[in-house]
Amino acid sequence: MTLTTPIPVDEQPFDIRRRRHLGRWISGTIVLGLLALLAYSAATNPRFEWESIGGYLFAPAILNGVIVTLQLTFISMAIGIALGVILAIMRLSPNPVLSWSSAGFVGFFRGTPLLVQLIFWYNLSALYPVISFGIPGVALNANELITPFLAAILGLSLNQAAYMSEIVRAGIISVDRGQREAATAMGLTGGQTMRKVILPQAMRVIIPPTGNELVGMLKATALVSVIAVADLLYSAQIIYARNFDVIPLLIAVSIWYVVLTTILSIGQEFLERHYSRGTVFATASRSGLVRRMFATGRIARLDEGEQR
Amino acid sequence: MTSLVRAVNVEKRFGALHVLKGVNLEVKKGEVVCLVGPSGSGKSTFLRCVNQLEDIDAGLIWIADEPVGFERRGQSLHELSPADAARRRSRIGMVFQHFNLFKHMTVLENLTLAPRIVLRENEAAYLPRARALLEQVGLAEKANSYPAQLSGGQQQRVAIARALCVQPQLMLFDEPTSALDPELVGDVLAVMRDLAQTGMTMIVVTHEIGFARDVADRVAYFHDGQILEIGAARDVIGAPQHERTKSFLASVR
Repeated sequence: MTLTTPIPVDEQPFDIRRRRHLGRWISGTIVLGLLALLAYSAATNPRFEWESIGGYLFAPAILNGVIVTLQLTFISMAIGIALGVILAIMRLSPNPVLSWSSAGFVGFFRGTPLLVQLIFWYNLSALYPVISFGIPGVALNANELITPFLAAILGLSLNQAAYMSEIVRAGIISVDRGQREAATAMGLTGGQTMRKVILPQAMRVIIPPTGNELVGMLKATALVSVIAVADLLYSAQIIYARNFDVIPLLIAVSIWYVVLTTILSIGQEFLERHYSRGTVFATASRSGLVRRMFATGRIARLDEGEQR
Repeated sequence: MTSLVRAVNVEKRFGALHVLKGVNLEVKKGEVVCLVGPSGSGKSTFLRCVNQLEDIDAGLIWIADEPVGFERRGQSLHELSPADAARRRSRIGMVFQHFNLFKHMTVLENLTLAPRIVLRENEAAYLPRARALLEQVGLAEKANSYPAQLSGGQQQRVAIARALCVQPQLMLFDEPTSALDPELVGDVLAVMRDLAQTGMTMIVVTHEIGFARDVADRVAYFHDGQILEIGAARDVIGAPQHERTKSFLASVR
């Protein structure tokens, strides 16, 4: 007795016809048409002054502004992250004084506009003309100590620390409680557990929003133009205050911001890959973009992209 | 034989909940003691108190004549600093229900973390030991895998090897097979059986009555925060004296 089902001999192989996605073709055409109109208008409107934008892009004052913007971004972000980690650990501490003061810091710096904070630090000398840090014999002139650049760093980094602390805290909380218990049980101290076990795993949760924050920080540095720090935007403003070439300068500045943020985003992707070690995650396949759009090929198989 | 663990009138409360109501237990060196009983009876909490994952509210636990969480100076007991408490814990291996392997580290890195940063050993000392332990639990070829690439049973065997890698004087098992698919339980129990035969002192919280009967020297039946019945494994499991023990054993068989 056989249990296999006999295959019908006359079974013909089928000719499989895919559906045509008419709607995708129509909407795609409309959007492409609109983009073409936009490009045509930008190319033919002489007031864009494309030829002068190229000159402004690499003008020494603008390049200098780029450097100041990058300095502000990275210094403030570094301080913001370091302080944010400390604030997050304080917030999760069993010591109520540490926990509450961290919450207070976050509440204050998140609750006031960054612009207001920047102007406040810029004018700190009005509040404390002499800064002594409480050390006898030390008396620093606040007006000389708090330069516009330092005021900008203070404002940007303290504000950033408040946001970073919430991001880091979310990351720490996201790590399974058992990880901490296992580390504690094998004799790691609290600090070792945090450094070797908790934070490396929290990074997976921390990095994507931190990348957002870094891009946000790069753009937020434009605010320091109000306290006369010669960042990218302020350098452009100085030039167009003289020659009224506002639009080309703003376009040149925007190009720089886009280029810089794009570079940062690429860096973020590499970091994310590094910290996703040991996790099973599906890497979305990018090939076949056209195929997905217009469904021209075979149907994407489910197991695609699940390879590690 | 001398006693390695001696718990005296151990009490533990979580807020209004009185979890341990005076637990007394002595475990001799080289002995395997299984703690059985209904869930919520306090056996897991007791185990966690032994290596101070929980602080106890009353009583004392002695391990190798040192009070857990304290340093004895004459007739007074001084609370340990967190660093000293951590050092004490490193002499005890613990295996958890949910394995708790470090997910961002390979199997080998999981094993060598504590020898490296807690015991501060040289690579020449801990690496051969780690590899030998992986061999012992049958997972030598998985040294460079991440936990997520292993089955539950394999993860738990790695967790046992990791706990052994600090060369502990005592091993604690907190329901090591409860989170496993039934067909994977056997491999983990086999590793524990082998370990018991090497003379390791073990306290095992388990629902595997068969394992308790075959491997344990003694079995303690927990009920409502106390040890209701304790004795040789074949006596407690084969001929329980207490009504509650009888009905519990009947229900898990």
